[in-house]
Order: sequence, then structure tokens, then C-alpha cells
Amino acid sequence: MRLINLHPGKRGSKILAILPFVLLFAAYLAASAARHEANPDDKLLPTLSQMAIAMRRMAFTQDMATGQFLLWSDTAASITRLIEGLSISALISFVVGISVGMVPYLKKLLVPFVAAFSMVPPLAVLPILFIIAGIGEISKVTLIVIGTAPFMMRDLILRVEEIPAAQIIKAQTLGGSSWQIALRIVVPQMLPRLIDALRLSLGPAWLYLISAEAIAAQDGLGYRIFLVRRYFAMNIIIPYVIWITLLAFLFDIALRLIQSYAFPWFAGAKSQ
Amino acid sequence: MSLIQIKDLWQIYNDRVVLENLNLSIVEKSFVSIVGPSGCGKTTLLRMLMSEVFCTRGSILFDGTNLPKEPTRERGVVFQRYSVFPHLSVLDNVLLPIELRSCRILGKILGSRRYNMKEEARTMLDHVGLLRAATLYPAQLSGGMQQRLALAQALIAKPRVLLLDEPFSALDPGTRADIHVLTNRLWEETKMTVVMVTHDISEAFRLGTRVIVLERPLADDPTKGARITHDIPVHPRTKTKTGAI
Ligand SMILES: Nc1ncnc2c1ncn2[C@@H]1O[C@H](COP(=O)(O)OP(=O)(O)OP(=O)(O)O)[C@@H](O)[C@H]1O
Ligand SMILES: [Mg+2]
Repeated sequence: MRLINLHPGKRGSKILAILPFVLLFAAYLAASAARHEANPDDKLLPTLSQMAIAMRRMAFTQDMATGQFLLWSDTAASITRLIEGLSISALISFVVGISVGMVPYLKKLLVPFVAAFSMVPPLAVLPILFIIAGIGEISKVTLIVIGTAPFMMRDLILRVEEIPAAQIIKAQTLGGSSWQIALRIVVPQMLPRLIDALRLSLGPAWLYLISAEAIAAQDGLGYRIFLVRRYFAMNIIIPYVIWITLLAFLFDIALRLIQSYAFPWFAGAKSQ
Repeated sequence: MSLIQIKDLWQIYNDRVVLENLNLSIVEKSFVSIVGPSGCGKTTLLRMLMSEVFCTRGSILFDGTNLPKEPTRERGVVFQRYSVFPHLSVLDNVLLPIELRSCRILGKILGSRRYNMKEEARTMLDHVGLLRAATLYPAQLSGGMQQRLALAQALIAKPRVLLLDEPFSALDPGTRADIHVLTNRLWEETKMTVVMVTHDISEAFRLGTRVIVLERPLADDPTKGARITHDIPVHPRTKTKTGAI
């Protein structure tokens, strides 16, 4: 049979999915063991127990300076910024994207501007934000917004344009005004697509969040990683990276679940 | 009196004449079938009647006045595809026209008023045989059911003329025969004016009270557009005979 027609079974699929993770993990263990064999004080590839001890300290011991449990306070700070940034970004993109997608005058007015604005490298704007808004929360959240909103906006404009013209004509022949068509036809069909855009924006959002925290912050997952880097604390950095990855993964799953429960029609309509 | 009056209508797309000097009047309560070879401009004509595109020259009068510049509730449509809204259930698709009419701000009715409207929508669904599918989404329906839903949705808005562009051409012959019977019944009950474009000559004669043939005299000559080559009245006697099949 042709390779393109060979499908793994149910159990085979699961094993295949897990395999790369297991291999990476095993490779790490082997490398770490080898390095500790040669030099018991090795800091580059900490053993599992070294990482476990470090993380226990981060998660369950109060920090002496701040009196906080650092892992959790860092996580709370980062997630708050991320959610604030993405919510603002989603809200702006949704309103602008739908209006621009629907109204020809707005399209002519704003599409070139949004296209140009999306070319501005967000990190290059960060110093400007720090100067204008200080190094507080506002500039970090704003960076996430600047980094993700133009993409989401352009994506939504395209999605609105993808609605078959026949649907919009049909809605008009049923007596719908512009406002009613926006509210009853376009908005409900764009909500699940906004979730798609959000999922794609999660990666960039984390990137900008961690960059901003690395440069100027007093807490946050990115701040912590860059802080302990000075002591070569790989036993903290590696678990933090895994934790961030896990959080991003959970966000993605949550968004996907919301999409399939809140918009049961979407999967079927997409495949038609 | 004629509901639609097309006078000296030309449509030219980048030096290619599509429709040439068309004259046609359509009386109220007639069922006009338009047939013709592919690319002769049937869809173009229909899109002009729904104000989606505009003619290069000439005029269209609707009920004695110039055709509005945008689609209106008086002119309902059913397309070959994409005629219903994928995010609304079958019932909500039929409810939508009522809601759009009754609530200008939200286009959505809540509470007890909704109950009566739902009854109206259910009656319509029953009419087209979709009552049992009321809670399904369009993607879960067969092609024939989707088109019946599209008919129900268009009819509940009570347009003065219904414009159909090959509404049944994607259906298999059995389903198509069923929906012909349904269309005939709905047309006789509502006595609505219908303009239907089709490729299927037998369909044109079975449903129409008048069959118009559009044709380009020379298919390859861009300076000669399509015109009406035949305008055939269909006698009511043969109509009831075939309609009963
Ligand atoms: N927007 C447009 N711009 C340029 N040419 C167009 C446009 N719309 C239609 N045409 C041309 O007009 C002619 C008629 O098209 P139309 O879709 O009306 O044909 P039709 O009779 O509906 O064909 P079919 O039976 O295949 O649906 C075609 O040659 C087409 O290429
Ligand atoms: Mg056509």
C-alpha cells in the first residue's frame, strides 16, 4: 500500500503522539547523568531531583524579601498581564475588524493604515512605551496589544470578507438593516473565528509578555527566568519554561473547548 | 398591471456586451422561467432585479417606480447555494425575517412575543416539511432540505416577487421532483410573482406560466449580447396536468 494511505490504529496513534516527548525526556536524562558523572557540580543540565528541590522552594516556601510564594505570584502576575492584553486586543480587533470588513468607507480609510501599522516591530516600540507610560503594568499590557491586535484585526477583516456575498444579499432581502445584519449575521459568525485568531495570537502574546518582563518588571515568569539567569540557575529556568509551555497549552485547549461548546454549528459549517 | 418592467436594458462588462437591449414586462402573480445557455447572462439579469449589480443602460421599473438601489424586502431570493445562515438553527433561520421586521434595534425578540412568532415560523416549517428538523443546523441538512428551508425563509418575509437562481440544480432528480411539487403548491397558495432562472427546460415548463429564452445570436462575438429569442406562454391546462405529477 502507498505510504499516504497507511493509518496507525487508535493505540498506535497514542504511542506515536507520546513518543517524541519520551525521547526528548530520555535524551535529557542521559545527557544530564553523563555530565554529573564527569562533574558533580554541573549546573548546565540539572538532574530531576535538583529541579524538584528548586521548584519546591519556589512554590511552597515564602520568599524572604517579599513574603510571597514566588512561582504562584509570578504566574498570577504574568497571566493577569496576558489576559488583560489579549482581552483588550480581542475587543479592539473585533469591533474594528467587523466594522471595517462590512463598511466600504471604513475599508478604504483603515485597511492601508492597519497594514502599515502591523509592520511596526512591537519590540522597537517598547522603549517609547516605557518613556510614555513608565515601566509599570500599562506598558507591558500595551506591548501585548500592539503585538497582537494588528494581526487579529487583519484576520477578522479577511474573515468578514469571506462571508459569501449571497448571505449578505439574502439578509438584505429579508429586511435587515446594516446594524441588524452586523448583529445577527456577521457578529455571531465571527465569534468562533475570533477564538481561532486568539489561539494563533497566544504564541506572540507570550513572546511580548516575556520580553517586556525580562526588560522591566518586579515579578512575572519572564522576569524570574531572566533574574536567575545571572546565577546560572538552570534548575529553575528549565521548570519555568516547561510551566510556561504548559500554561500556553492549557490556554489553547480552553479556547478550543469554548469554541466547540459555544458554537456547535461551527465545525459543520466550516467543513461544508 | 406589470409588476416589473424592463426597458431597453443593456449590460456591458469590459467591452463585452452581455445583455443587449432587453425589453420585458412581468405581470403580477406570474411565474416566469428564464432559460438559456451557460454564460448568456441569466444570473446577471436576476442580480439586476435584486439590485446587486446595475445595468449599463436602460431602466427597470418595479411597481411603476425606479428599482431601489439596494436589495429590499419586496424582492426575496433563493440562490443555488449559501442561501441560509449556517449559524442559525432551522427554526431560527425562519424566525429571522420576522425578528428583523419586529425589532429594528436588536433584530432579536425575547420573551412572550417570541412565542407567537415561533408559532408562525413552525407553521411555515410544517408547510415545507421541515418541522421535525427544526433544531438542526443547516450543515446537518441534505441539499434538498436546505433549499426547502431557503424557500421557507424567503416566503415568510412575504416578498412581492421571489427571485430564484437555479435553486434546484444541485439536487438529485427525485428530490427535485418533490421540491417542484412543493414550489408549485406554495406558488398557488401565495400567488406570488416568481422569476426563476434554470438550466432545466422541463423544470421551466413544469413550473412556469411563461418561459423566456435568452440567447446570444453569435456566441463568440462580444459586440452582440444576449436577447430574448422566445417568449412562450405556458397554458394553465398543461400546467395543472404536469403539476399533479
Ligand atoms: N462582474 C462581472 N465582471 C465581468 N464579467 C461578468 C461579471 N459578471 C458576469 N460577467 C460575464 O457575464 C456573462 C454572463 O454571466 P452570467 O453569470 O449572468 O451567466 P449565466 O447565464 O447565469 O450562466 P450560467 O448558466 O452558467 O449560470 C459571462 O460571460 C460572465 O463572464
Ligand atoms: Mg448563472
